[in-house]
Amino acid sequence: MLPEAIAAMTAELAELGNPSSLHAVGRRARRVVEESREVIAEAFGARPSEVIFTSGGTEADNLAVKGLYWAARAADPARVRVLASAVEHHAVLDAVQWLADHEGAAVEWLPVDGSGRVRPETLRAAMGPDVALVTVMWANNEVGTVQPVAELAAIAREHGVPFHTDAVQAAAALPVGFTASGAHALTLSGHKLGGPLGVGALLLAKGTDPVPVLHGGGQERDVRSGTLDTPAIAGFAAAVRVSAERRADEAARLAALRDELIAAVRAAVPDAILNGDPAGRLPGNAHFSFPGCEGDALLMLLDARGIACSTGSACSAGVSQPSHVLLAMGADPARARGSLRFTLGHTSTEADVAELAQAIGPVVERARRAGLS
Amino acid sequence: MTLRVLAAMSGGVDSAVAAARAAEAGYDVTGVHMALSSNPQSYRTGARGCCTLEDSRDARRAADVIGIPFYVWDLAERFHQDVVEDFVSEYAAGRTPNPCLRCNEKIKFAALLDRAVALGFDAVCTGHYARWEGGVLRRAVDEAKDQSYVLAVCTPEQLARALFPLGDTTKAGIRAEAERRGLTVADKPDSHDICFIADGDTRAFLAERLGAAPGPIVDADGTTVGEHEGAYGFTIGQRKGLKLGRPAADGKARYVLDISPVTNTVTVGPREALDVVEISAERPVWLGEVPAGAFGCQVQLRAHGEVYDCTAEVDGDRVRLRLAEAARGVAAGQAAVLYAGDRVLGSATIDGTVRASA
Repeated sequence: MLPEAIAAMTAELAELGNPSSLHAVGRRARRVVEESREVIAEAFGARPSEVIFTSGGTEADNLAVKGLYWAARAADPARVRVLASAVEHHAVLDAVQWLADHEGAAVEWLPVDGSGRVRPETLRAAMGPDVALVTVMWANNEVGTVQPVAELAAIAREHGVPFHTDAVQAAAALPVGFTASGAHALTLSGHKLGGPLGVGALLLAKGTDPVPVLHGGGQERDVRSGTLDTPAIAGFAAAVRVSAERRADEAARLAALRDELIAAVRAAVPDAILNGDPAGRLPGNAHFSFPGCEGDALLMLLDARGIACSTGSACSAGVSQPSHVLLAMGADPARARGSLRFTLGHTSTEADVAELAQAIGPVVERARRAGLS
Repeated sequence: MTLRVLAAMSGGVDSAVAAARAAEAGYDVTGVHMALSSNPQSYRTGARGCCTLEDSRDARRAADVIGIPFYVWDLAERFHQDVVEDFVSEYAAGRTPNPCLRCNEKIKFAALLDRAVALGFDAVCTGHYARWEGGVLRRAVDEAKDQSYVLAVCTPEQLARALFPLGDTTKAGIRAEAERRGLTVADKPDSHDICFIADGDTRAFLAERLGAAPGPIVDADGTTVGEHEGAYGFTIGQRKGLKLGRPAADGKARYVLDISPVTNTVTVGPREALDVVEISAERPVWLGEVPAGAFGCQVQLRAHGEVYDCTAEVDGDRVRLRLAEAARGVAAGQAAVLYAGDRVLGSATIDGTVRASA
């Protein structure tokens, strides 16, 4: 968490006040919330009234996916088709699948190309008068590929269909402009921007009104009930302010560092496959498949050397699963299981990359031997 | 260099304390929970098993308290093939397998150990109650919990890379130690049943996989005295669940004497007819030098079973055991583990018996 966010949040923790109350204490809290709303709106090219605070990215995704589907179907019962990219984060993926399983939605998973991108012509071909919602993430959390969001949103708009994008991964690293993108709804997460855990937002265009998931006091445009968490929101806004100021410089620094990392891994392991788009990707993301290795083994061996990376998702018992993103990109299950994501962030340095460059060769060799046993 | 130890953590109290002791001894310990079911919910949901979500969480929680890295390894395929399928086919062949023993032989000290060694570990640590020092495997000091029997099938090469930190302590001592160490699994109940049979109903589990195969239950004269739904559902020495129509002439209880999968026949008879005086066993594994000639020792014929004095004679890949006194309920497929006092000499798989009454 950024020090500025900790300061803003802890200052608020000492204060009392429900921003929905009418008395002086409540008014003070409301002022903090509304100023935070303005900071976040400005940073992401939205109007303050378009910022709906939530408990995080997962809730924002659920509100967008379920709420917009329900609203579209209520307005026109023929609209039951949901178009979602096959590489969405589970917060979108599972919400969409739930609509198919329980709410009569007809789901169409939009295929991606080998780099993980939804081609605009793919979406165009899938559109029709029965579509209730299109949802395609801004940038992929696993392989880092950036989607042509503006083009995709324009196609949805041509058909009068709401377009949602999960920008949780993109918001800290790329210029994300809500109005300019043409999206109707956009998901943000506080902690991914250096703010606190447990807070996020759904940017919701004026006139786009999802059916609420949480019912109650009618806060947040009647779309998301629940007493607002003033300290978390203050911390979130502080992080957004700092992150927006530093984003361009930090992105350039991380991209250079990432390219170094990619070159180092390729030098040490010539048959490593870089997944995702080589250019159109998140600056801090490098994602590889190491043929003949188990991702789990690589992760454990690197962790033992003080290098943290990630293999993707695990089932509830903790057994890692082949990534749906890599499978959608055409990887076979063995390659998908032998994959690792390296994420660089504001604490990453050249020394970290050098350390990985040293370790990766022997680690891959050892994991290969283990993979054959 | 510090010994790199992989601690197999089931989610139970024993393996948690074993891992904690290994870490405290200064080893570089990593915890691994083996996922043994490809469909975890389908297996046990009761108190304790090897393969539930709760066990996986408990193991992770214990690793966090101990402060060691923790991973889940998917060994479901190997487990299914080497333990579950073996269990079913052994019963189908009229034998009585011990899946815990098979799991040690094929999974913990084979699949898991091999992978650990390939990844740079020196040893695998488990929560078994047994003492293993200087190439000698001994019973645990807690005789009621002793698990040397289910470890005796492992070869010296397998055991050379094993650590059993609990052999010198009683179960009660381990529970108290878990409590002291802040391991929340301290009060978890012991496991007793077969981990992959959720409700403990072995016969139903086998019936589901082998199908109903009705056949006769006969007495020693060949007279049909009842019917069964599948000979695989019986174990030598079993008395309960025979559902015999008419009582024996002498009015005494009858026991399963023999199971013939070929004729699908279960033979029953009086308790005395179970008395076994001689046992033949195959595929011996010796923890020391292969003994030559006949020698006196003790033998245990099932987990937590009685110990008998015997004379053993090794003949290549076979062992013949002459018991000093008759043993009852000796089933083919079980391991005969030979002891000299509390020291394990070796083991072999029972494949034939000679009855006292024969």
